[in-house]
Amino acid sequence: MSFITVKNLEVGYEKKTITDPISFKVDKQDYLCIVGENGAGKSTLMKTLLGLIKPVAGEIEFGDGLKANEIGYLPQQTVVQRDFPASVKEIVLSGCQARAGLRPFYNKEEKKLAEENMERMGISSLADSCYRELSGGQQQRVLLARALCATRKVLLLDEPVSGLDPKVTADMYELINGLNREGITIIMISHDIAAAVRYATHILHIGANLFYGSREEYMESDEGRFFLKSQEGGRKNVR
Amino acid sequence: MLDKLITYLQHPFVMNALIVGVLISLCSSLFGVTLVLKRYSFIGDGLSHVAFGAMAIATVMNLTNNMLLILPVTVICAVLLLKTGQNTKIKGDAAIAMISVGALALGYLIMNVFSTSANVSGDVCSTLFGSTSILTLGSTEVVLCIILSIVVITIFILFYNKIFAVTFDESFSKASGVRTNAYNFLIAVVIAVIIVLAMNLVGSLLISALIIFPALSAMRIFQSFKKVTVFSAIFAVVCAVLGLVISIMTGTPVGSTIVATDAAAFLICCITGSIIKRR
Repeated sequence: MSFITVKNLEVGYEKKTITDPISFKVDKQDYLCIVGENGAGKSTLMKTLLGLIKPVAGEIEFGDGLKANEIGYLPQQTVVQRDFPASVKEIVLSGCQARAGLRPFYNKEEKKLAEENMERMGISSLADSCYRELSGGQQQRVLLARALCATRKVLLLDEPVSGLDPKVTADMYELINGLNREGITIIMISHDIAAAVRYATHILHIGANLFYGSREEYMESDEGRFFLKSQEGGRKNVR
Repeated sequence: MLDKLITYLQHPFVMNALIVGVLISLCSSLFGVTLVLKRYSFIGDGLSHVAFGAMAIATVMNLTNNMLLILPVTVICAVLLLKTGQNTKIKGDAAIAMISVGALALGYLIMNVFSTSANVSGDVCSTLFGSTSILTLGSTEVVLCIILSIVVITIFILFYNKIFAVTFDESFSKASGVRTNAYNFLIAVVIAVIIVLAMNLVGSLLISALIIFPALSAMRIFQSFKKVTVFSAIFAVVCAVLGLVISIMTGTPVGSTIVATDAAAFLICCITGSIIKRR
């Protein structure tokens, strides 16, 4: 049984579907990249996977010991967060909130977990710094550490490198890849097909043409070849 | 000057006013941080106008205890308004503005058409800007206020971490299994209670001031949620006491004096904040 099995899922808002039926599955230690044009429904699909919105049709099954709320989520930054007065420690600890349940305060284990994850992301020295004064890359590390407090199994990342400079982007990809090698399953939304092809084990391409398969299959497919080509072409033009 | 203050303090109604003023300011400041950060600064305004409308209806209906009508109506509106934040057709700020002016107009209309009192504009003015009513509080009202404040503060402390999680990132919290809807509901109910309580103090037009000034001032200076919360609580209490004392000594209207004190203190915090940053 896979971690997540999605069958003929249609996503959208207020019962209006915006995608064709999507089917795919995610196994333990997979690295799935969801790619597609703007407006193809990538973020909506992710929100549906997270249970934030209800599927219009089809089903999502969680298995292999994974529960629906054991998914760590790295959202895109919201306007609210940009000037939120909070220390790094406070934010990372808030990842333990679901674990704490109705208990009003965090216990020692949760505080330790938060510290370990800050260590893991290399932000221990920033623990008392203010979130809104950090650089984009540092902020992403903070949110990643928080997501790791919420899960040991699956991470969902929504455009984790948007707005980061190339150097920081490369670091971020390495960091995520490292987590994947440590045994954490990754599901990532990305615009960057070149990077997706480089790191992912599986690719889900949504949009006019739907594709799901392993990385190798994608590179052989029409969609894959078309987009890889167009990205390369785009780069040449920039140069 | 000091003698005069001490003489005043010996009157029980002055002590009552101080107790109620401090408690209400404290409660509003605690939840103010969350509201400002959630971009709901104006909900205080909207809800207080709703409370004003409900109060007008209660007065016309000659209810002996108008709290019985005001509190439930305000709570329902609070829940509805905080819910509109999530993908509805009318967005949060527009919904607040609509309900706010609607209730204000309706309240004034009802008071004007059905009022039994000879001085309608006087009544309206005192509900909007707060009257000297805080100086004429009965002991049951003071006790009620103390009990509700203790409940509000206890809820805040017990749910502090959850309020932080829900405020900072609602979708993350929801995705990781936190019952965000329940906490949002709780926040809405508590806000409504605070606003109904605060109407006695500053009147329905100035309630927003009690909610936003402490939070904004603290955010100028401090960088962590805990520090911001603690400082805004202290800020609110100090300003409430100062404002009340000034208003008693000089005979200015209570509500506006407290708000003026808040505004002055906010300026001081702005200056302090920019000095700290420049270093």
